[in-house]
Amino acid sequence: MKEIIQFIQKIAPEAQIEQRKRLTVTVRPEEVHLVMKMLRKNEVLCFDYLISLIGMDWGDRLGVIYQLSVSTDLTKELVLITATTDRDNPLLYSVTDLYETAHLNEREIYALFGIRFINNPDMRRFLLNDEWKGFPFRKDYLHDPKLNPETVVSSEISDIAPRIVEKENGELIEEQVPLFDEEDYIVNIGPQHPSTHGVMHFRTALDGEIVKKIDVHSGYIHRGIEKLCESMTYPQMLHLTDRLDYLSANINRHALCMCIEKGAEIEVPERAQYIRTIMDELQRISSHLLAWATHCNDLGATTAFIYGMREREHVLDIFDKTCGGRLIINQNVVGGVMFDIYPDFQKDVKAFIPYMREKLKEYDHFFSHNAIALGRMVHIGHLCREDAISYGVTGPAGRASGWSCDVRKHKPYALYDRVAFKEIVRTEGDSYARYLNRLDEIAESLHIIEQLIDNIPSGAICAKLKPIIRIPVGQYFQSVETGKGEFGVFIESTGEKNPYRVKFRSPSLSAVSVVPLISRGAFLSDLIGITGSLDFVIPDIDR
Amino acid sequence: MEERSIGMEVNDVRINEFPPEEFKDNDTLQRYIDELKAAGGSVIVGKLDQLINWGRSNSLWPIAFATSCCGIEFMAAAAAHYDLARFGMEVTRNSPRQADVMVVAGTIVNKMAPLLRRVYDQMAEPKYVVAMGACAISGGPFLNSYNVVQGVDRIVPVDVYIPGCPPRPESLFYGLLQLQRKVKIERFFGNKRIRRSYRPETLIDRETGRAIDPMIGFDKK
Amino acid sequence: MLIYSQPLELTKFLAAIDNFLHSNFAPGWAIVVEGILVGAMILVMYALIALVMIYIERKIAAFFQARLGPNRVGKYGIFQSLADMIKILIKEVIHIKKADKFLFFVAPFFVIVSSVLAFGELPFGINLHALDFNIGVFYLLSVSSLGIIGILLAGWSSNNKYSMIGAMRSGAQFISYELSAGFALMTIVVLSGSMQFSEIIEGQRYCWNLFNGHLPALIAFIIYLISGHAETNRGPFDLPEAESELTAGYHTEYSGLQFGFFYLSEYLNMFIVAAVAATLFLGGWMPIQIKGWEAFNQVMWYIPSWVWFIGKAGILMFISLWVRWSFPRLRIDLLLNLEWKYLLPINLVNMLVMVMIVLSGFTLTDLFPALFGN
Repeated sequence: MKEIIQFIQKIAPEAQIEQRKRLTVTVRPEEVHLVMKMLRKNEVLCFDYLISLIGMDWGDRLGVIYQLSVSTDLTKELVLITATTDRDNPLLYSVTDLYETAHLNEREIYALFGIRFINNPDMRRFLLNDEWKGFPFRKDYLHDPKLNPETVVSSEISDIAPRIVEKENGELIEEQVPLFDEEDYIVNIGPQHPSTHGVMHFRTALDGEIVKKIDVHSGYIHRGIEKLCESMTYPQMLHLTDRLDYLSANINRHALCMCIEKGAEIEVPERAQYIRTIMDELQRISSHLLAWATHCNDLGATTAFIYGMREREHVLDIFDKTCGGRLIINQNVVGGVMFDIYPDFQKDVKAFIPYMREKLKEYDHFFSHNAIALGRMVHIGHLCREDAISYGVTGPAGRASGWSCDVRKHKPYALYDRVAFKEIVRTEGDSYARYLNRLDEIAESLHIIEQLIDNIPSGAICAKLKPIIRIPVGQYFQSVETGKGEFGVFIESTGEKNPYRVKFRSPSLSAVSVVPLISRGAFLSDLIGITGSLDFVIPDIDR
Repeated sequence: MEERSIGMEVNDVRINEFPPEEFKDNDTLQRYIDELKAAGGSVIVGKLDQLINWGRSNSLWPIAFATSCCGIEFMAAAAAHYDLARFGMEVTRNSPRQADVMVVAGTIVNKMAPLLRRVYDQMAEPKYVVAMGACAISGGPFLNSYNVVQGVDRIVPVDVYIPGCPPRPESLFYGLLQLQRKVKIERFFGNKRIRRSYRPETLIDRETGRAIDPMIGFDKK
Repeated sequence: MLIYSQPLELTKFLAAIDNFLHSNFAPGWAIVVEGILVGAMILVMYALIALVMIYIERKIAAFFQARLGPNRVGKYGIFQSLADMIKILIKEVIHIKKADKFLFFVAPFFVIVSSVLAFGELPFGINLHALDFNIGVFYLLSVSSLGIIGILLAGWSSNNKYSMIGAMRSGAQFISYELSAGFALMTIVVLSGSMQFSEIIEGQRYCWNLFNGHLPALIAFIIYLISGHAETNRGPFDLPEAESELTAGYHTEYSGLQFGFFYLSEYLNMFIVAAVAATLFLGGWMPIQIKGWEAFNQVMWYIPSWVWFIGKAGILMFISLWVRWSFPRLRIDLLLNLEWKYLLPINLVNMLVMVMIVLSGFTLTDLFPALFGN
């Protein structure tokens, strides 16, 4: 990392470089693009993975925090901060040309903070309507229902994208660019559509059955969870993370708990770690099963859908017996877990493991080698490794493109450094590889559980905590591997009992941002199959 | 023809294999029955009405307006373990035109509100709405958010509320059975329907500032 | 020809009605009344079979999916589809503002009329045959292809993009597979030397066409099942209404009774395909008979012919449901590839082979007249 520091000092002499938990660099807005370009092209350590963009409002300044990492070595992290003092018309430079994932994130920051990005090709608001008044994530935003009333009158969707372009001589020009051609046949897939897995909205230009262009709309379930978190104490925030990616509810919550524990320096008892890990893996199985089921359903195999749901119920029964919840189980709390396992827990889980292995074989017989299914998945929706990294597509989808990005392997948390498991990586990058990755990961999860289930130590299930949890001033980030990919929690604390800013790094947002790329030129039916194979959850995108 | 409206009671509303005593909430149904009596005491409930109600209540085809977690529980309810098909409700129609009951499963935000209303307007009469989960009832855990609609009854009339976050499939079944009972006391002839929970004060046209007439369609007659 | 006792057949009953009418009415009027009766019977049977099939499909789907299926309305839920029918009958029919009103209204009738016409021509049993054209097969092919007009009109007039795509898919699919289905049936026409259903059935007394024409007949049978299945727009060929892609395809905008027509005809078309396959390949209503085994044949005749017919068609329908609930959906290009690159060339060659077999006397009836000859 020393070279990196010297390297940055050379290109941006005024940058403030601090060695906190992670290397943190603060640069002036004009230098951001240059610094990131150099980091991206760096030969020693190529920071080619943009984990997340975090919009910030520090009161006097509006800014963005970039969290960068190296795709081949995820432990190397770098935080880049930039800010502008202009609150009326804040402008920053876009990094969309370097990291594709920045595109939607910058649009999101524009909607929530009002920061516009120069050179971003499409500067519409992402999560909110165009006519939304005010920028809700700014600290001075007053929530007034009269300003943005509920209405049943639908607003027209504009297909004209504004953008700000910087000319060679430094002049800024505002442009309006139409997204579609005049004669394009545009079909709205969603927001109320059976197979967008929620309320995604793809405006799809079709040429016959062939997809020409897709414009992703989202925000139909933007609930402002991050904003809500800012007014809550740390334990209160927990239940909101469950409702982000509700299929990996427990794992999301694990991430937030770990982030708080990291900040408040709470030691989690051994028994709680075991329970957390086992529960996470069970949750991953249920998430992958549902992903498998809905993917098959998208391809038209209703029976496969029902089979996936059938096996999923067995996992949910174990959850149900442990904590009374099925989908959202409220198991993790700060410092440990809320409920101890029930006496027959080990027996039930051990019965489930061979049962599930049997069923995986059945899936293989039933669907994985079906000629029609192969025709619908093999060589469809090809995503290459570079694109996966640039778009930040992690999880089974990223690993299907040959990018080894399993957080459990690279940045082990809980007990993942103590168990043996294979990271499933395939290089084909098509729908079929993503499909197989999920099934294989179920088998791996079973293997992990098998190693842990007999060795659960006795002891406390939760650490003793102060009545009010406070986190020292600073920025904290913790990521975990959910069923969908790398899920991260960023907390900026000012030492109060509630956080100053919370940001969730959503794996689904990356997955959905890649849809326009990989389904261009595919058939309409394949678009549905591709979205199924990417397996995204909309509330996780919209937050 | 048989004059039964005077004597109609909760116990006359029968659901197969589910006696009235097993429902926790019979009072609401009784109140609806009383209301119907008050509205048209002399209207004769004929055998034909009963037949129609039997058909309608046993063939409630749902459209799942699933936005979040509750949608997954709806899917689980339709799948092998719980099997919504037992009640003849597995025919989930994806086109609102062919559906009878809209199950609003999940949070509705401001951006979605017009679309929810549009889907509701696209449905053919008789149509029913089930608000599934805390979010659909009141906004749930996101009550204080700047973007969340505080209950779908601000947008569409709701017949049955199913609490839970998310409700278990069993709760969904209970709610749907309650809906069946509600359908069974309706009268096709005479056009008497039950008043439904509805708080349409929020339906303001953004441009003109006037209230939008919410009673589109059947209720207005 | 029929020397066996047939206690459960409707022949005598029908003859009695005929006698009664002719003895009480003028000959012209008697025929008119008979026509009305037959027409009414066909419509009633049409609705009844559709309802039963909807119920059976839901139960069988549940069986494949480890579920129970409808079981609340009546014992085992047998009145489920009746309840559905009552509901659909009084459900509001929505008139869409920007649709082409006339075509939108007419489209479901095209679909249902075509399937009723085809249904009316099926030979259900001895003397249970409303129309016995000498060009029966030809008639069947032509009326059943009317339905596609309805689907195309529905998609076009709805003014909905999903409907439009669904209808266009359906058009491409139907026209392609109609070819295969037609050629497969023609193969059998070559084999049996007639287009008249009664003659084709009679020709299969001791040896079903499926066996009589051995290899080419088997190929034709499989091709007919595939393409018939595709023509009825059911999974894995359900692209026109592909639920996960096009919400409900060409009938997205239809509600109430108009949707009910589409729904009914979908199921009935499935029955028609199965019935035609049973008639042309599996001997239709003809019981299983073995030359020389008089006692056995007599026992077989005790089972009435319409039970044989329904049974054979039922087995084929079960296979069709099995396929439907097991396979994922094809993509449009895979679907058309299957037809134009595989089924159609195979079919053409197959028909040629059949012609040669018939001409050179290699059918089973020609080879072993003692065993299979009529």
